[in-house]
Formats: sequence, C-alpha cells, structure tokens
Amino acid sequence: MFDEWLDKYEYLIELGKALKDYPEDKKTDDRLIKGCQSRVWLDYEIKDGKIFFNADSDAIITKGIISLLIRIYSGRTPQEIAASDFSVVEKIGLKENLSPTRANGLVSMIETIRRVAEENIGQ
Amino acid sequence: MTVKEIRNEFPVLDRKVYGKDLVYFDNAATMQRPRRVIDRWNEISLVSNANIHRAVHKLADEATEAYEEARTAVKDSIHAAGREEIIFTSGVTASINAVAFSFGEKFVREGDEIIVSEAEHHSNIVPWQMLCSRKGAILKPVPVDDDGKLDVTTLKSMLSDRTRMVSVTHVSNVLGLVNPVKEITAICHERNIPVLVDGAQGIVHLDVDVSDLDCDFYAFSGHKVYAAPGTGILYGKKKWLEQMPPYMGGGEMVGTVSFSGTTYAELPLKFEAGTQNIAGNITLKPALGLADALKHDVEIRRYEEDVKEYLYEKLTGFPGLTLFGRTKDLKEKISLFSFVVDGVHHEDLALLLDKMGIAVRSGQMCAEPLMDRFGVTGMLRASLAPYNTMEEAEYFIRSLEKAVAMLR
Repeated sequence: MFDEWLDKYEYLIELGKALKDYPEDKKTDDRLIKGCQSRVWLDYEIKDGKIFFNADSDAIITKGIISLLIRIYSGRTPQEIAASDFSVVEKIGLKENLSPTRANGLVSMIETIRRVAEENIGQ
Repeated sequence: MTVKEIRNEFPVLDRKVYGKDLVYFDNAATMQRPRRVIDRWNEISLVSNANIHRAVHKLADEATEAYEEARTAVKDSIHAAGREEIIFTSGVTASINAVAFSFGEKFVREGDEIIVSEAEHHSNIVPWQMLCSRKGAILKPVPVDDDGKLDVTTLKSMLSDRTRMVSVTHVSNVLGLVNPVKEITAICHERNIPVLVDGAQGIVHLDVDVSDLDCDFYAFSGHKVYAAPGTGILYGKKKWLEQMPPYMGGGEMVGTVSFSGTTYAELPLKFEAGTQNIAGNITLKPALGLADALKHDVEIRRYEEDVKEYLYEKLTGFPGLTLFGRTKDLKEKISLFSFVVDGVHHEDLALLLDKMGIAVRSGQMCAEPLMDRFGVTGMLRASLAPYNTMEEAEYFIRSLEKAVAMLR
C-alpha cells in the first residue's frame, strides 16, 4: 500500500515540477485559494468560450494536485465544468490519501474551479 | 530503566501507520500518554466521578482527595513554597491569559511596558497584546540573534521604570534552546520587575525548581508532559496571587454571595471558578511522577543525549539544510530540531515523511514573529521524547534523505 502511494506521490511531484510559466505578477492575494496550508494561486483566461487555467504553489505536491485538476478542467466550457460532479477526484482516490489539511486544500481548489466556471456562464 | 521499558508504558507506540512502524517525533505538540495516566483517568470516571469540594458523600470525598493530591504532587515536583500557589487551568494558554488579565487589571497602566522575547509562542504574545490594547500599554519584544539565542544584555537594557512584567519561555518550542531564566529573573528582580516563565517545553525536559529560579509565575500544560489534554498549571508566588483579582467569577471561587456584594474564596480556589477538568487534572500526579523519574534516570538521560547529539550532527551536516537554534553546547538545547531544506517546501517533506510512518510538525509552529525573523514561511520540526530510540532517529535521517531526493 505504501509503495503504491509513493509511486503516486512521485507522479504528483513530476506533475508539480512540470507546471511552469505562472507569471510572478499574478501571484496576488485575490488569486490565492483560501483553505490551503501552502500558498496556491489560480488564474484563468477565456478563449473561444472555453476556460484555460493556470496555477502555481510554493509546495510541489500541492502544485502537482492543482496541475492534475487544471489538466482535467482546462479547455472546457464554463457550463461543462459547472455541470461536472467532480467524481474524477473520487475515482483517482486522491482525497482519502491526503492528510486532512491537504484534503481541505483539495476541496478548496475544486470549489474555486467550480466558482470560476459558474461566474463565467453566459459571459 | 531502558528505553524499551519506557516504551512499554505507551500503548500507542506499538501502532502502525500506512503499514509502517509509527515514529512519533511531534512530542513538542503533544506527548503520548502512558498507561498509568490512561488508567488513572479512566479510574476516576469509572469509580470516583463526582464534583469536588462540595458534596458530603463518598465519591465526592474520593474525587476531592485525588484532586488535591494532584495539587500537592505538582507543588512537590516544581518545588513551590505552598499548595495555594498551584492553580489548575486548562493549559499554558489559560495560565498566561489569567496572569495577563488579572495581574494586568491590578498593576498595568497606560504607558507601562511588558517585555517578551521574539521567540515566543503566540500564547505568550497575544494575551499581552490584548492587555496592552486594553490599558494603552506597550509590548516590547527582545530580539534573538542569528542562532536564535536571546541576548540577556539587550533584555537588561530594555528594562525601565515602566516595565511591569517580563514574560519569556523556558525553552523555545521552535529552537529548542534553553533560556537562562534564573539569570533573567535575577536581573529583573533587581528592579522589582516580576517574571513569568512559559514552561510548556521546559517542564518536559528540565528539572523545574521554581524556588531556585525564583520566577514569579511558571505556566505549563499537562498534555505536553504525559498528562491529559485540557489540563495545566499556573504557579504564582503567593504575594502576587493574593493581590490579583479573580479573572473569572462563578461557583467555587466565592466566600459568600449576595446581591449587595460577594467575597472571594482564599487561594487557590479564588482562581478556579466553575467545575474543573477533574479527571484530567488528577492525571498530573502520575504524569509528573513519570516525568520526574525519567529526568533523574542517568541511563535514560545518557541515551537521550546520544540521540540528540546524533541528530544534531546529522542535521547540521545535511546538504542544503538550515537548522535553527544552533548552539556550541548541546546542554543548552533540548532534543528538538526545526529546519528548512533549500528548494523544498516543509509541507511536502512532512507529507512524504508521514507516508513513511514519521509524524513531524510543519508550518509556523505558532511563532509567526520568529518565522519572520528568520525570513521563512515555515519550518519542519522533529521533537523527541525519552521514549524515542536511536533506530528511529536513524530511520528519520534515511527517510529525510529519500524525501528530499524525491522532491528536488
């Protein structure tokens, strides 16, 4: 069980390291996701009616987690994201294997992505 | 005693996390509880549950007697002059808040000064800030040097005719360094300034003798020294406690009550309003009994020193690791190590170590001003207890190397 999880963490760490190019000037308080122990910034832009997310964090595993989420949700319409039940997160079993503070952080990330989608429906 | 024998006293140490043996290195946050404490705690609830000091029945007698025995045990353990100087509280936080409020009401005026150190836990900062904002007084922090050491000369130069209290920790919960509280007390007393010592970590690792230290107040929490959580002690010299008004009114703390006026109970009950954490406080007796036995066991002490030296050496030699609270003389430091590793976030490290079965603390450790002093957003802290082994320390270092390699 442990080694399997170590592998998953290695994967998250790789994802975290691969997530680059988040502009320094966008590390602002209004882009910070509240409820995470480490700092996580989420930014987005809308192109052709689709949302594209970008994110950064000072902790690499957290960065891996947000990277996974934005890979799943970037390039979709606000309607699609808002209608999603986010069950993919349950399926990969991420939440159960995070410490409670991390799991809270994950919930906050998902809520922020959902909120961004809802705010942009019909824009 | 051997470490193996001590470990047998602590049932939780046998458990596994994620299929690995638990390595509990978060003892500065809370200590694990020994069987004798758990048994005593249960016994009170199972056999002698009653409210204390009031009823005339058998159960109340037993509970009251056990409660007052615990008070005596605390008095003996820290060498207080009398039982009336031992106040039960819910922990250090409550103890310091009690002094800040009650002493503050009586003795602190606008423009007066309170001095704390830069290396204090929030619970030895915020109560004083609250007092200062109530009274228009000024809170002054004594700086620490790059090793985290408090400079007594600087402290001395900061004392003035307006200084009403100096409140410092016995041992920093971040740096593990032992402050010279006896010397600090002597310097402050030259100018009749009382001293409060936050003993949260000190009571666990040091011989605490309040008569020898001569401090005016000493505060500690039960849960950090093997006792039940939600228990704690405020030791105060009688001359101060007698002059201080109660900070909470209610049952138990009164002499007579009428709408034309109420008189207060004598010490210590004046400061123990309401029903206390009876079963919890009673565990302070077996807990301090164990703590004192371990502190005086030569074999255990030597083993602890060996483990501490091993970790200090390994961590100071670890590539890219910055250890805070360095010292030439390890006698001035408890077995507590806070550090950061270049290019690696403390929280990532804590998460990977957790998956390897190791419990450590990551973050600001309730000492934000100290984090700012060192320019970090947080640290990783490994804090040991007498039940931790050399094998655990070695496994910790190997695991740390592995985690750092994964994250870099």
